[in-house]
Amino acid sequence: MNRRNFLKQSAFTTAGTMLIPHFLKAYEAQMLGQRLASNGKILVVVQLSGGNDGLNTVVPYRNDIYYRERPTIAIRPEKVLTLNDEIGLHPSMTPLKALYDEGLVTVINNVGYPNPDRSHFRSMDIWQTASDSDKYLRTGWVGRYLDAACAGKAQQPFRTIEVDDTLSLAMKGAELNGLAVLDPKKLYSQTRSGLVTGLNKEHKANTQEPESVAYLYKTLAETVSSAEYVYDKAKVYTTTASYPTTELGNRLKVVSQLIQSDVATSVYYVSISGFDTHINQPGQQERLLGQYAEAVAAFMNDLKATNRQNDVLLMTFSEFGRRVKQNASNGTDHGTANNVFLIGGGLPSKRVLNEAPNLNKLDEGDLRYSIDFRQIYATLLRDYLGADDVAILGRKFDGVKIV
Amino acid sequence: MELFTKSSQDMARLRYLYSRAGFGATPAELAEASHKSLRKAVRQLFKDSEAITDLQVVTPDQNETKKQLKGMFQNGQLDRNMLKERIRENAEKVRDLNLQWLDHMATGKAALREKMALFWHGHFACRTQGRNPLFMQQYANVVRQNALGRFGDLLMAVSKSPAMLQFLNNQQNRKNAPNENFAREVMELFTLGRGNYSEHDIKEAARALTGWQFTPEGQFIFRQQVHDDGEKTIFGKTGNFNGDDVIAMLLENRQTARFITAKLYRFFVNETEDARRIDELADQFYKSGYDIAGLMETIFNADWFYDVKNMGAHIKSPVELLAGIRHTLGVQFEQPQSQVFVQRTLGQILFYPPNVAGWPGGKNWIDSSSLLFRMQLPGFILKSAEVTVQPKDEGDINAQQLARKGGNRFQTKVDWASFESAFAKTPDADLTDAIASTLLPFPLRPEQRSVVEHPIKPSQSRSERIHTLTAALMSLPEYQLT
Repeated sequence: MNRRNFLKQSAFTTAGTMLIPHFLKAYEAQMLGQRLASNGKILVVVQLSGGNDGLNTVVPYRNDIYYRERPTIAIRPEKVLTLNDEIGLHPSMTPLKALYDEGLVTVINNVGYPNPDRSHFRSMDIWQTASDSDKYLRTGWVGRYLDAACAGKAQQPFRTIEVDDTLSLAMKGAELNGLAVLDPKKLYSQTRSGLVTGLNKEHKANTQEPESVAYLYKTLAETVSSAEYVYDKAKVYTTTASYPTTELGNRLKVVSQLIQSDVATSVYYVSISGFDTHINQPGQQERLLGQYAEAVAAFMNDLKATNRQNDVLLMTFSEFGRRVKQNASNGTDHGTANNVFLIGGGLPSKRVLNEAPNLNKLDEGDLRYSIDFRQIYATLLRDYLGADDVAILGRKFDGVKIV
Repeated sequence: MELFTKSSQDMARLRYLYSRAGFGATPAELAEASHKSLRKAVRQLFKDSEAITDLQVVTPDQNETKKQLKGMFQNGQLDRNMLKERIRENAEKVRDLNLQWLDHMATGKAALREKMALFWHGHFACRTQGRNPLFMQQYANVVRQNALGRFGDLLMAVSKSPAMLQFLNNQQNRKNAPNENFAREVMELFTLGRGNYSEHDIKEAARALTGWQFTPEGQFIFRQQVHDDGEKTIFGKTGNFNGDDVIAMLLENRQTARFITAKLYRFFVNETEDARRIDELADQFYKSGYDIAGLMETIFNADWFYDVKNMGAHIKSPVELLAGIRHTLGVQFEQPQSQVFVQRTLGQILFYPPNVAGWPGGKNWIDSSSLLFRMQLPGFILKSAEVTVQPKDEGDINAQQLARKGGNRFQTKVDWASFESAFAKTPDADLTDAIASTLLPFPLRPEQRSVVEHPIKPSQSRSERIHTLTAALMSLPEYQLT
C-alpha cells in the first residue's frame, strides 16, 4: 500500500468499534476492486483433513524400503506418474501430472515442524495457527494476515473467504475474522430475513452501548454488508468451465467465480476430509486423490482460459503424513512430515523443490521434516502476498525459494 | 403467578444471577425467587446444588479401551467388522455422555454445580483419547463432584484421573524417559499461569510425577518401579518429591489462587479484569483453603457483581446458549444427537475442547457464520425451520460418527404451557417487554420492539403471539449475552 492510500485509510481508524452499516458502505465503495495484496495476487489454500498419506501421493518409486515397509499398499513403480528419477505421483492424479508437465506445479517434500503431534485436532491446530507444537494460539495465520493488512480499518470479512458454512481457526484473527461462504446466494438469503435486515437497519451505535453489544452488531453489520457485496459481485460472472460435481469441485468453482468476478478477496480457504485411512487405504485414497486432482485441474484450466493462472496460487497441505510402515489393516497410522503442493501463481517451470524423503533416517518409524511449514507460510506472505510475515507469524522464518 | 411484584431492577438482577450462576431461569422460577431477597436466592442456588447424580453411560466392566480392542483384533477374538463396530459403539457412548450432561445442565436442579463443572471442563480441558467412554465419564463426574468443593481436591482428583493422565501423556513419563507434558500443563494452565515457574521447575516436577499411571480398568495407580526416586529441586526446595508433593507446592503458592480467581472472574463476572477486586477475592480464596463455594458466594453476593458494566457483558458459549434455550422453555429434542450438531456448528462440543488450553471464549465465539446460526437457532428449535448449514467433518475417521445429524429439521417438544402461564395476567400491550425482561440483559429499545413485533399478525391468538415473540427475542444479538 502506498503512503497516500495509507493515509486515506487511516482516516477511518478512529471509528473503532463504532462502525455502522452506511459507514461500511462508504468505506467499501472506496475500497472496491482493491485487494489486500497490493500486487493483486490471490492465494487459495486447500486443506486435506485427516492426514493424507504423502508417501502414496508422491511415491518414492525407486526406494526398496518403501516397498518393503508397504507390501500390500505400495504403489507399483510401473503405475507411478513419474516426476523425476526418484518420485512420482499416485496414478489417480493424471490431471495433476498434466499441470506439472505444463510447469504449474511445485512439489515440496518433507514439510513438518519440530516435535510433531500425531493427533488430528492438535496437529491441525498447529498448521492453522502456525504455532509451535507446545504453544496454543487463539488466532489463525490467515486471520492474522487479515489483522495486519487491515490494521485499524473497518473489518471487511470478505477479504479472506472460507468456502464453507463455518469458519476455521485459520481464518480467525485477533481483531478481524474472515467470512465463511459456501454459496453466495445462500449466505445472502440468510442475511435477508426480516429480523436481520430490520435489526441491522435500525441499530444505531452509540457511545453508551456496552462493548459486547457493539461487537455483536458490528459483526452483524459486516456480515450483512459482506454477504451483499459478495453476492452482488458474484452475480456478474458465471463460469462456463466444467467442474467435477464433487464437494471440492463445487467449492473451487465458487472460488473461481469469485475471483473472476473480481471480488476483492486475497485468500480463499477450502477443505476436504476423509484422509484418515487406517483401514483399507488404497481404494479410499485413490478416490480422494482422484477427486482432488480433477477439481484442481478444472480450476486451473478455468483460470488459464481467462489468463489468470499467474495471479492465483493454490497451496495444498494435510495436517500430517502417515507412518512409513503400513498397518495390519491395509492402512496406515498417523505419521509426521508430508508433502505440500503449490500450483499456479506464475511459479518457475515444473519442479520438485527439494530432496525426496529419506527412508533410512526415520524418527521412530516416521519421516523427519526438513522444511518447517511456516517457512512456506512466510514465503507466501512476504514474497507472494507482499505482507509482513514476521508480524503475522510472530518471528522470522527463513523463506524457501518458491516464488 | 405474579411476575412483576418486584421492581424491574430487582428482576433484572435475578435474571442476571440465574444466567451467570446457572443456565438461565424460567419465568416461573423468576416469579418464585422474586419473593425473597437476592441473598436468599443465592443461598438457594447453592442448596439446590448440594446433591449430585453421577453421569452414567457405561459401567467399568463394560468398558473396552481402543488398545484392548486392537489386542482382541490381533489375537483373533474380533474380526475387522466387529472391531469397527466396537470402536463406533465407544464413540457413541461418549456422545451419549455429552447428551446426558447437557440434560443435567438444561433441566436439572443443580444448575450452579453444572455451570461450575462446565467452567472446570474448560479449565481442565481434556479430550477423549481413543474414544474411551469410561475415562471420560470418570473425568466428568470428578469435575462435577468437586465443582464447588476445595480447589485442591479438584486439582488432585482431576490430575489422578485416567483421562487426564492419558491426555497429558503421563503414562509415558518414566524414570530415565521423562515426558514433561503433564508437569508443564499443570503449571501453565491449571495452577500458576505462564511466567510463574522455570523450565527447570518443569523438568524436576516431571521427575516427581513419574509413576502416576492408570490401569485399563480406569484406576489410578502409583507405579513405584517407574518412579524417579532421586532428589529434585522444585521452586527452590529440594527433596525426594512425588506427585502429591508437587500438587501441594502448587497450592501453597498464592499465585495459584490469583490465577484461578482471575479466570473465574473472567468467566463469571467480566472478561475485563478488575485487578484490585481479583486480588481481594484471591486473598480470600487462598485463606479459605481454596473453598470454591465460598468464593463464588462472595462474588454472587457482592454489589459490584450487579454493576451495570457487568450485566450483559458475557457472551454465552454454545453450550450455555443451547442449555439456556432448553431450560427456559422446557425443550426436549426427540433426536437428542441434533444437539451435538448444534455444538459442532457453533464450535463447542463437550469432551472435545480444541486443545488443553480449553475454549478461548468471549468474542472468539462470534464470527459472521456463528452469529447468523445463533440467530437462526431459536427458529430451528421452536419452529422446526429448515436447517441449511453443515458443520465441517473432523479429520478423524472415528469422530465422523458424531457428525450425523437428525435430519434437516429438529424435532422438539416445547413446554409452552408453563412458559405462557407466567404471563397470564400481563396486559397485551406489555407482553413484549414482559417476555423480554425474562430473556434479555437489557430493556428493549423502541426500534427493536418494532422489529420483534413485526411478524405478529392480528389474527394470532395470544398463545401464538407469545410463541412468535419469544422466538424473535431469542434471536436477537442481545440474547447471546448475559
